[in-house]
Amino acid sequence: METTMDTMMQDYFFELADFVQANLQAGERFKCWFSGEQSDFVRFNKGLVRQPGYVEQTALSLNLINGLTHASSDFSLSKNSAVDQANVLQMLQDLRAQIAQLPPDPHFMMAEEVYSTAHIAASGELPLASQMLDDILALSKGVDFVGVLASGPIFRGFANSYGQRNWHQLESFILDWSIYQATDKAVKCAYSGTQWDKTALAAKFSDALSQVEILKRDAVSVPPGQYRAYLTPTALYEVIGMLNWDGVGEKALRTKQSSIRRMRDEGMQFNPMVQLIENTAQGLAPAFQEDGFVKPEQVSLIEAGKLVGSMISPRTAQEYGLQTNGADGGESMSAMEMATGNLALADVLKELGTGIYISNMWYLNFSDRSACKITGMTRFASFWVENGEIKAPLNVMRFDDSLFSLLGDKLLALTNEAEMLIDNDTYEQRGDHCARLPGALIKDFAFVL
Amino acid sequence: MFDSIRSQFKRLAPAVDFCSLRLVRERQQQISVRQGVLQPFSTSHDSGAMITVIHRGGYGYAATSDLSDAGLASAVARAKTWAEQSAGRAVTDYSAIAMSDARGSYASPKSSNPPQLSQSQIIEILMRESNDAQIDERIVDTYASLWTVNTEQLYISTAGADVFQEISLVMPDFHASANDGADTQGRSLGGRGICLQGDMSIFLERGMVGCGKRLATEALELLAAPNCPTGKMDLLLMPSQMMLQIHESIGHPLELDRILGDERNYAGTSFVTLDMFGKYQYGSNLLNVSFDPTRPEQMASYGWDDDGTPAEKQYVIKDGILQCPLGGAISQARAGIAGVAAARSCSWNRPPLDRMSNLNVEAGSSSFAEMIKSVERGILMDTNISWSIDDSRNKFQFGSEYGRLIENGELTSVVKNPNYRGISATFWRSLKAVGDQSTFEVMGTPFCGKAEPSQVIRVGHASPACLFDQVEVFGGHE
Repeated sequence: METTMDTMMQDYFFELADFVQANLQAGERFKCWFSGEQSDFVRFNKGLVRQPGYVEQTALSLNLINGLTHASSDFSLSKNSAVDQANVLQMLQDLRAQIAQLPPDPHFMMAEEVYSTAHIAASGELPLASQMLDDILALSKGVDFVGVLASGPIFRGFANSYGQRNWHQLESFILDWSIYQATDKAVKCAYSGTQWDKTALAAKFSDALSQVEILKRDAVSVPPGQYRAYLTPTALYEVIGMLNWDGVGEKALRTKQSSIRRMRDEGMQFNPMVQLIENTAQGLAPAFQEDGFVKPEQVSLIEAGKLVGSMISPRTAQEYGLQTNGADGGESMSAMEMATGNLALADVLKELGTGIYISNMWYLNFSDRSACKITGMTRFASFWVENGEIKAPLNVMRFDDSLFSLLGDKLLALTNEAEMLIDNDTYEQRGDHCARLPGALIKDFAFVL
Repeated sequence: MFDSIRSQFKRLAPAVDFCSLRLVRERQQQISVRQGVLQPFSTSHDSGAMITVIHRGGYGYAATSDLSDAGLASAVARAKTWAEQSAGRAVTDYSAIAMSDARGSYASPKSSNPPQLSQSQIIEILMRESNDAQIDERIVDTYASLWTVNTEQLYISTAGADVFQEISLVMPDFHASANDGADTQGRSLGGRGICLQGDMSIFLERGMVGCGKRLATEALELLAAPNCPTGKMDLLLMPSQMMLQIHESIGHPLELDRILGDERNYAGTSFVTLDMFGKYQYGSNLLNVSFDPTRPEQMASYGWDDDGTPAEKQYVIKDGILQCPLGGAISQARAGIAGVAAARSCSWNRPPLDRMSNLNVEAGSSSFAEMIKSVERGILMDTNISWSIDDSRNKFQFGSEYGRLIENGELTSVVKNPNYRGISATFWRSLKAVGDQSTFEVMGTPFCGKAEPSQVIRVGHASPACLFDQVEVFGGHE
């Protein structure tokens, strides 16, 4: 444990887990997952406040097991012991009734080796969100600023009937914003961390405003065709992120639905420059997964362009007789890291020469999953570059190309520096994913509309 | 629970311009079978409340799963603090907006004698369909599921509103995948589009029973099929593809908060501007699109939206002309334009914003046979599989699971990987025939993402089959 500042939520969860344990009947086992957050959210538009608010939510996912038969119940917690314990008793009763009607689950696997952990990071070091708001509004005055601030602690916990207890607590913020020049022309930025520094924020604002100046030039459109392109780490994350959609998951590979299954089945390869790992040790997510299995520090997925690994959940491991590597049920990466290359950042425009500089991509999807062919849009500040010089903002363009090409023979270089990208996902709850990627120089990138 | 919350709210509501409480209690159950094996069985019980305060022009909300007096009082205090913090610095004077005083209740439809199915009976049906799909060794995966949701929501406010709504959703799903060498093809039950309000008759009568063998057969058929041809040709979209087309290139661009710029950092902006309403030719004169939260069986029907505005059917596009945006009371006040009852949130932990509810293309007068007969060279596309559109909701590229060529007025061979692309602003003007009631299907999706913090919401789309003139069509990678 890195600090002992705020263990109130942890204590509450562990006491509730003990209560579950104490109310098991003979032959029963349990595991449970705790998630919670105390988040301030402030939404901005045109440099003003659109919707400010606060969300405090905690929930327990309780899995009752008898032999290989099991069922789960997820429910909101009030953090009032009497209320929550009464709910636990009711859920246990309901789960027993359900289990009585269910067949054994041949793919069920439980972490029986006890490995307890606790990680509490940066508790109590952030200013009030209202102070952050003041700092932001002071900078955004007169600017077409739009975005969201999310701040506060998030909590994750695991417990099971073998006595394993895991806790993960992180207090952090992310300000995800754009400054618009006009219509769909904007500079997209993010400022995140565990220490709020308004001087650093001001510097990011200043940098963004200088980029907005370029957007004031007349935008150009280029006809569909193949172009040399540079993808910033943010844009490349959108592309590589498609591998999280049933790409590197073992179950998807086994059922022939993975977009990169041909790498396993036929030996297809990416460019030898491509190396991809799940780097839990450097990520923000808990080092334990929803079933209590502890994640290795790193899982190698692609080495020298070859698929060498996959994300294997306990369930898939049990089904196919494999070793799990701590993947969650969705078998996706939560801390992907792509190796850097040799292209110096200072040389990016020069090496791009004439082509398209893509800062951001948007709304990617498969147009032919079997061929790992993806389509998507450029977004925000993308530029037309001539002879190593930014000439004009580019009107949005649609691309449609295969990842086997883009990361294969079309991949010319990767930058020698990677950027840490914090996922701004806030669906249902604030996320904890991140990625570290370089930028990529690509030839003959196919634009179609 | 709901009566006690009313009492608590009376005690705890502060002396402010406006305060509301929205309590949501939701039970969900997912039963699924994959490759003949029952998947982990889970039920969820989610409950919590959102307090909203408007005071001196400012706005703030606070959400909590602690429904005790102390928990709600804390939420009230936090919402009030945020209202104070945003006063004078907000996008509008929230205190100047008249909030609803609606009172009433709404419930999803139920048949007079709804079928009662036990957990075991549901599993048995899912198992049977899963097993029936195993017709060939090339069937490499099957997934059969039933997702049910029961939501109770109470909205009360210091403006006098008291609205109780009870929604029951039934969402069966099935998917079969077939593989041969490098190629994998799949067929599903409407692309997860069978999402309706009502009872278990939906599970028994809307395609699940008997779908396993049919969809597996079609997946194998796709494996053997050639790629969709490339070129400009007529395009006949079935309702299971139309729902995506409506959603992405009519629904989202008409959301008023996008037009006002709220979504520009995330979900995007819109090519539609405020001056277009009442005069812009969105589509051909055959295009009639309604916002209709009053169709009882449809996914996103309700009596009032989440700000208490009463639901009513309204045309957003009439005879091809753009009529009004999808904007709730607050956005309407900000924009100075009339809208619809569209302020919706995904649950108690997210604030309302402008959303589609049910957004439908009205049936026309062409029979399916007439539309096929009118096409010299074209393609029919069925069941959405791929969707991508720019942040202004203009340049799109969509794909379907299943295609069939139309040649010289007749449906001919099956083709795989059918895709098409176009531009919203011109695509709908190429609408040249709208199917009649016999081609009309009511569908929906549980997954529409938007907003910061983000929300996934349930929306409905109903449509007839529609025929478009000379669209850019293409197939998979050769």
